[in-house]
Amino acid sequence: MTHFPLLAVLLPFLAAFAGLLLPRRPRPRVRAAWIAVVPTAASAVLALALAWAPGFAYLQGAAPGEPVGHGYGVIVTGGIPISLTLQAGDLSAIMGVLVTFVALAVQVYSVGYLHDDPRYPSYSAFVSLFTSAMLLVVYAGDLLVLYVGWEIMGLCSYLLIGHWWEDRGNSRAAVKAFLVTRLGDVGFLFGIFVLGFAAGSFRIADVLAAVPRMSTGTLVAATMLLLAGVAGKSAQVPLHTWLPDAMAGPTPISALIHAATMVAAGIFIVARLFPAFQASGPTLDVLAVVAALGMLGAALAALAQDDLKRVLAYSTISQLAYMAGGLAAGSDRAAIFHLVTHGAFKALLFLCAGVVIHHVGANFMSRMGGLRRQLPVTFAAMTVGFAALMGIPPASGFFSKDAVLLAMERASAGGGLTDAAALLLYGCALATVAVTGAYAARAWLRTFFGEARVVAALPEPPPGTAHVVDVREAPRSMLVPVALLAVPALLLGFAGGAHLDLAVASVSVALAVLGAGVVYAFWRSDPVADPARLLGPLRGPCERAFSVDALYAAVFARPVLALARFVVRTDDVVVDGAVRGSGGAARGLSGVLRFAQNGNVQLYVSGVLAGILLIAVGAVVFA
Amino acid sequence: MMGWLPVALLAVPLLGALVLVAVPGPLTRGVRWYGTAVSGVVLALAVVLVAVFDHGQAARTQFAVDRPWIPGLGLRFHLGVDGISLPLIVLTALLTFLCFAYLGWGDGRGLGQLLGARDGDTRPRALVFTLLVLEVGMIGTFLALDLLLFFVFFEIVLIPMYFLIAVWGGKGRRGAAIKFILYTLLGSVVMLLGLLLVWAQTGTLDIVALGQAHGSGMSRTVQIVAFAAVGLGLAVKTPMWPLHTWLPDAHTEAPTVGSVLLAGVLLKMGTYGFARIAIPVLPEGAVAVAPWLGALAVVGIVYGALACLAQRDLKRMIAYSSVGHMGFVLLGFATLTTVGVNGALFANVAHGLITGLLFFVAGAVKDRYGTADMPSLGGGMLATLPRLGSVLTFAAIASLGLPGLAGFWGEMLALLGAFDPGAGLPRGLFLTFMVIGGLGAVLTAAYFLVMLSRVTHGLPGRRALVPAGAGAPGPGLVAVDERPVSPAPEDRPVRGDTAVHEVDAPPDDPALREGAGAGGAAVQDVRDVRGHLPDVPDARDVRGHLPDVRDVRDVRDHLPDVRDIRGHELVAWVPLIVLILLFGLWPGLLLSLTTPAVQALLEGLT
Repeated sequence: MTHFPLLAVLLPFLAAFAGLLLPRRPRPRVRAAWIAVVPTAASAVLALALAWAPGFAYLQGAAPGEPVGHGYGVIVTGGIPISLTLQAGDLSAIMGVLVTFVALAVQVYSVGYLHDDPRYPSYSAFVSLFTSAMLLVVYAGDLLVLYVGWEIMGLCSYLLIGHWWEDRGNSRAAVKAFLVTRLGDVGFLFGIFVLGFAAGSFRIADVLAAVPRMSTGTLVAATMLLLAGVAGKSAQVPLHTWLPDAMAGPTPISALIHAATMVAAGIFIVARLFPAFQASGPTLDVLAVVAALGMLGAALAALAQDDLKRVLAYSTISQLAYMAGGLAAGSDRAAIFHLVTHGAFKALLFLCAGVVIHHVGANFMSRMGGLRRQLPVTFAAMTVGFAALMGIPPASGFFSKDAVLLAMERASAGGGLTDAAALLLYGCALATVAVTGAYAARAWLRTFFGEARVVAALPEPPPGTAHVVDVREAPRSMLVPVALLAVPALLLGFAGGAHLDLAVASVSVALAVLGAGVVYAFWRSDPVADPARLLGPLRGPCERAFSVDALYAAVFARPVLALARFVVRTDDVVVDGAVRGSGGAARGLSGVLRFAQNGNVQLYVSGVLAGILLIAVGAVVFA
Repeated sequence: MMGWLPVALLAVPLLGALVLVAVPGPLTRGVRWYGTAVSGVVLALAVVLVAVFDHGQAARTQFAVDRPWIPGLGLRFHLGVDGISLPLIVLTALLTFLCFAYLGWGDGRGLGQLLGARDGDTRPRALVFTLLVLEVGMIGTFLALDLLLFFVFFEIVLIPMYFLIAVWGGKGRRGAAIKFILYTLLGSVVMLLGLLLVWAQTGTLDIVALGQAHGSGMSRTVQIVAFAAVGLGLAVKTPMWPLHTWLPDAHTEAPTVGSVLLAGVLLKMGTYGFARIAIPVLPEGAVAVAPWLGALAVVGIVYGALACLAQRDLKRMIAYSSVGHMGFVLLGFATLTTVGVNGALFANVAHGLITGLLFFVAGAVKDRYGTADMPSLGGGMLATLPRLGSVLTFAAIASLGLPGLAGFWGEMLALLGAFDPGAGLPRGLFLTFMVIGGLGAVLTAAYFLVMLSRVTHGLPGRRALVPAGAGAPGPGLVAVDERPVSPAPEDRPVRGDTAVHEVDAPPDDPALREGAGAGGAAVQDVRDVRGHLPDVPDARDVRGHLPDVRDVRDVRDHLPDVRDIRGHELVAWVPLIVLILLFGLWPGLLLSLTTPAVQALLEGLT
């Protein structure tokens, strides 16, 4: 049992190597599928075994149990050593189950989704590597070991966003995702340094134990730096811009990495180190403001997007901001509860979106519509997902969102946050509930209702047969994971104990229904037109996500590139110019000296005599 | 006891080189196996050294040989190995062996295999001789425990490297080689002055004794002057900004093995000098100069990264990336902490492995495309040469410092050292260095990813499938041989680029110019391709769907091994890949070796 965390990490890791290195012949796809699915399933079983004893104790606020794990030695560094400890506490156990099960669902789904992709073997290997890295983050008992997993996740994200690298746009999106998160990760690493030095150890248990001894200044510095990494990984303002672009990757990747697991890692880290954050008030205030701005802004952006995956991406940013807001409000349990339910229902939504996109052959909702008859299973599953996203009872999102809102309400009534931040957070959260209802309803209506707009993707019937509408659903390997994920998306809400605050719950449901109702009214008036027109003049800015991308390009990307060109020129003209110049000067000087070497013996003899004279004088004077 | 090992490490390549001169006849035919064999013996000796080395006493000098050399001057032939030099000796032996394996493996006719040429143009015997002498100098530098002996080996290295660039280099080889040797000689002279100053003040040249004296016998001013002088000489070699401009030229023009050894070992000699001589012998000087060293180091990190970002030539970009990486190494030394110096030494070895691999790959790219100019390479290498593209991706990711690969630990520890610098150093300043270094790491990621995006991603475009004239029936790869390439010499690997430029002759034909790289690469494989001609599926089909990569793949599947990784390349690269992974996953392997030695050498500072 104590070695289960290690095994759970190692199995997908070895699977990744096997998938990448084994020869591609014969029948590469079948073998790659087995190599991908079986170790992930084994890891899922191990994670489940680890989570069996604690169960949902973390969510229900029980006293933390003893973590299960083992130390595998220490790496000396000359300073603070790195301890290779892998362990599963109450929190890690729940995360481990979430990660492995979503990964398993995605691996199975991908077999169908990428069935004619020649690069499926490397794809599934990268997914395995990602699973391994994420489990390393979840089970790590040492901050630097955690950082290793943290960065490898980023690499897998890069590789998988760029899976279809033939398109330069995908390649750019992948580079952007890696660089933006890496910028945050530098801060994250420095935060680890600060905590590690203050505690004298990088072990998480030691760090948490040392928190009461640390000065406020140290804690604020450390948590602020960590927050940079969290903002990068979890796509929070101001480092959120990579996530919508990351939708360039295959849809299962969006489900796994960019919705359910990796982007949630930032939230997980804050929860894992929560005592340190709780003890540094200014950091929580910053987190609250960032979350408040992020959740509302991203929700508004989601309302105006035409690309279904981008809608879901902005929705993810918004929901992650909810979790961050829950953390800022002082409730790590509510945040993690929402993380888990969100992991289930957002993965479900993405996998359903994948089926829809597979069927339609395009990402744009303006080319979808009326799909509920053609894709009945997907329709049912996606309805569950949207209900959970909006927070309609009894879907899982209702309970977890209620818990988060309750925490925010309590914080605004007095807690760790300053009043202004708490009020802003709570107000934005309520507004976001309404906007969430609106964009979820819009996506649902435009995808599944109204006139069918899918014509182009249907195959041409053979001559002599009637042109029947293709009502085939996706292959079973895609539908089974969808159906299986729909169960937790619907029911997971009861895991948190299902204790409700009626006032908050009724307000939030009323707001969500209000938002959905407005969209429905607009849609009813003209089913072909986009209900996003209700935004009026705000629509353009929302669609461009408030032009943050353009701003960053102007402020950071272009100046850096200009500076780079300047450096190259300087290097050639000034730095190397000085070198070449000294060479030229030496030559010039030698040219001058050459005049002395003119073959005139008289001149040489005079020179020698003058020299002797000088030496003699010198000897007499100084001796 | 076991004192013969370091001597043997020097004697084997030296004797090997001398035998090559003394007995030219019988060795001419098997010269490419000869080099591999001799360097293989050296590598085996290095492995024995690791096995026999007492790992529990890594701080102590082991296998010491101490004989009078020039008694009149008090010079001694003093060799020895400790935890700092051992990894570098093994790295040197390994890289040299891999270079020979690369040059001589298989039938010796592959791309870049200089030893296999039959027309005598590449002087295989001279090349083996040069590389063996180079190995003597490199290993000697890491073994020497006498200041002047160190200097002698340090200088010995310059000559073969000069010839390597000047004889076997690219088009601009003359200028690059002269710049290389003049610049580094100038640096060495300054270093020699510093070493002589130490000698004049303390009366001994013994590095071990000087290290244990912790600078006693030298006033602070003398130490500062000596440190500055020695440091300047080492900094040229490292290279430290702004003394780096010889490096890009040398790397761009050097042949693949020259680049690999230059980046993999020669740069390490500069940084090794800091750990072996400058810091332990002159501790007070080190404390005084460290802030300056750190400042120049972080300037180098950012400057190198920015220079890479706007670079067009792949080899030149990797050369500038060395400036950045060596910046991390110097920053680690400048912190004067065990963590920082450990990080520097780790980054040293990691850089040797990773940049060695990168230059191997860049050389392979240049051999195939005939150019390393990224815009002319086009894109889509993952489609046309998937294995080569994958290895390039791996090496780039390792180089940008991904945790789990070797490149990360050294740089992380150097930054960790800067977080809490040694006693007597200004903390705030070093925190600034740390932050700048961290941003430099982001820029490093930026230029490597942009490079990968430009070279490996995207559609291969017309480069992969070059339709020659209109109506040529075969797919592009085959069509190449119908173009007027007959004047191009068929198998002159050194002048791979020359061949291409001959192909490139009519410069106003854009289609031809675009295809020149692929053409140049394909020239050497024309016969292979022809052999497979009947297997090629309907060629017009392929051309009709040019943007669809799967068609390219189909064609490639029918032309196995046309241009992707060859046997000799695989042999040379796999050990590097394995070691990069090994040290990345288990950094303790190296750190447990260097930590006690570093603690010993920093004793004088506390």
